[in-house]
Amino acid sequence: MITHFIVHDKADTVGVMVVEDVPAGADLNGWIMETDETISLKSLDPVPLGHKIALNDIRPGDTILKYGHDVGRAIAEIGKGHHVHVHNMKTKRW
Amino acid sequence: MGRYDFYGYKRENGRIGIRNHVVILPLDDLSNAACEAVANNIKGTLALPHAYGRLQFGEDLELHFRTLIGTGCNPNVAACVVIGIEPGWTSRIVDGIAKTGKPVAGFSIEGNGDITTIANASRKAREFVQWATEKQRELCSIKDLFVSTKCGESDTTSGLGSCPTVGNLIDKLDPLGATTCFGETSELTGAEMVCASRAATKEVGEKFLQVFRAYQDVIERHKTSDLSESQPTKGNIAGGLTTIEEKAFGNFQKIGKKTKFIDVLKPAEPPAKGPGLYYMDTSSAAAECVTLQAAAGFVVHLFPTGQGNVIGNPIEPVIKLTANPKTARTMSEHIDLDVSGLLRREMTLDEAGDRLIDITLRTCNGRLTCAEALGHREFVMTKLYQSA
Repeated sequence: MITHFIVHDKADTVGVMVVEDVPAGADLNGWIMETDETISLKSLDPVPLGHKIALNDIRPGDTILKYGHDVGRAIAEIGKGHHVHVHNMKTKRW
Repeated sequence: MGRYDFYGYKRENGRIGIRNHVVILPLDDLSNAACEAVANNIKGTLALPHAYGRLQFGEDLELHFRTLIGTGCNPNVAACVVIGIEPGWTSRIVDGIAKTGKPVAGFSIEGNGDITTIANASRKAREFVQWATEKQRELCSIKDLFVSTKCGESDTTSGLGSCPTVGNLIDKLDPLGATTCFGETSELTGAEMVCASRAATKEVGEKFLQVFRAYQDVIERHKTSDLSESQPTKGNIAGGLTTIEEKAFGNFQKIGKKTKFIDVLKPAEPPAKGPGLYYMDTSSAAAECVTLQAAAGFVVHLFPTGQGNVIGNPIEPVIKLTANPKTARTMSEHIDLDVSGLLRREMTLDEAGDRLIDITLRTCNGRLTCAEALGHREFVMTKLYQSA
C-alpha cells in the first residue's frame, strides 16, 4: 500500500505529502509516525510533494500543529483535505 | 579495525584530520591574488580567497582572526602558508596557527610587491606540500572524530527524513565519545524553548537562550518584513515549508532524540569541554555556518538537504543527504546518501542512521564527497557589522 502523506504526531492538524503530483480528488493513505496508525483522506486541491494537507477543518486564527508543536496560524478558512501553505498560513513570529 | 574506527592523519597536537591540505591563507582581500598565484604555482596546495580583513574592529575583528587562525589550525590542514598585505596582522595569524605545532610560514606584500612575495611563498609551499604528502594515515577511534552538522535548502522532507537521520547518528556516536556540533541560531525560532530543554544543565540552557535572544534582537532591528523568502528561503517555501517555526522543528531533528548539548560556543570557538554535543551561535546561511564550524576544528560535516543545496567547504568535507525523492533523482551528483526510502517506508530511521555512519567513516578514510568531486569550496567569513 502506498503511503501518500506522513503525519509526525497524533496531535498534528496537517500532514506532509510524500509522493509527487497528487491531484484534487485523490483518495490518500496517511501514516502517523508517532502511533504507527494509518488514516485515509481525500485531497480537495492538487498538493505537491512536500507540501501540507489539512487533516481537519481549520478556522482563521487557529494554531496549526506539526511535530505536536505550534508552527504558525491559519489566516483563512482551510477545509479538511485542502492545501496548507503561504496563502492560508502564517508565522506567529517576526 | 572496529566498527567505528577509521584511518586519519594524526597532527602534532594529537588532533586527527581526515584530509591533508596545504593551505595558502590570505589575511585580507588584498592578498587573495598572491595566494591564488602560489596555489597555481605549487600543485597540491589550496588557496582560500575571501572578501575581508581590512579596517575591521572590535568583536568583528576578533571573529576574523579566530576564523582564519582556526582554519589554519583545523586538523584537515597539514601545513599553512599565510600571506597578508603587512607583516603585523600576518604574524598574528601565523603565531596562532603555530601553537598547534604544524608547519606554518607568513609572507607580507608591502615593500616586496606581489611577484617577490609569490616567489618566496611558493618556495615554502613546495617544501610544505612535499613534506605533507609523505604523511600516512593511522588507525583512529570515533573518540578522535569531530563532526558538525547544518542543513540547507530544507523542505518538509528534511524534518521527516534527512535531519532525523543525522539525529540518529548523533544519538549513536555521542555515547561513544565523538565531539559534535550544531548551530543556526535564527533557525530555531519557534523551537527555542524545546532546544533549551535539551541543554545538559540549566546554565547551558540559559546561555543558549541569551544567544538566541541576542540574535532575535538583530533580526527585529533590521527586518523590513516577516523575513518570508529569507528565513524560510524561497527554496524552503517551494519545498512546502511555510513558517520559520515549521522549519525550526525540522532543523531541530538533527540532534536526535536524547543527546544533550554540553556547551554554547561563540562563532568559530573551539569546543573545550571534551567529547559531546555543542551548540554554536551561527547564521543559518550554509557556507557561513560550515566555515565557522571548520574554523572551530570540526573535520567532517553532515548536511541534510531537501530542495538541493550544493554547498561544499574547502577544508571540511561536506556529506550531503536527502530524503526528497525528486532531489535524489534530479540532483544525484550532489547527494552522498539517499534516504528517501524513509518516506516510502522501505527503510527504518535506525537503518538510515547506520548508512550515514558508514558513508561518514568511508569519507573519513578518504572517499571524496560529491561536493569535493564537484569542486565546491565555499569559504565564507562571517561579518558582524560594517568595517571602520
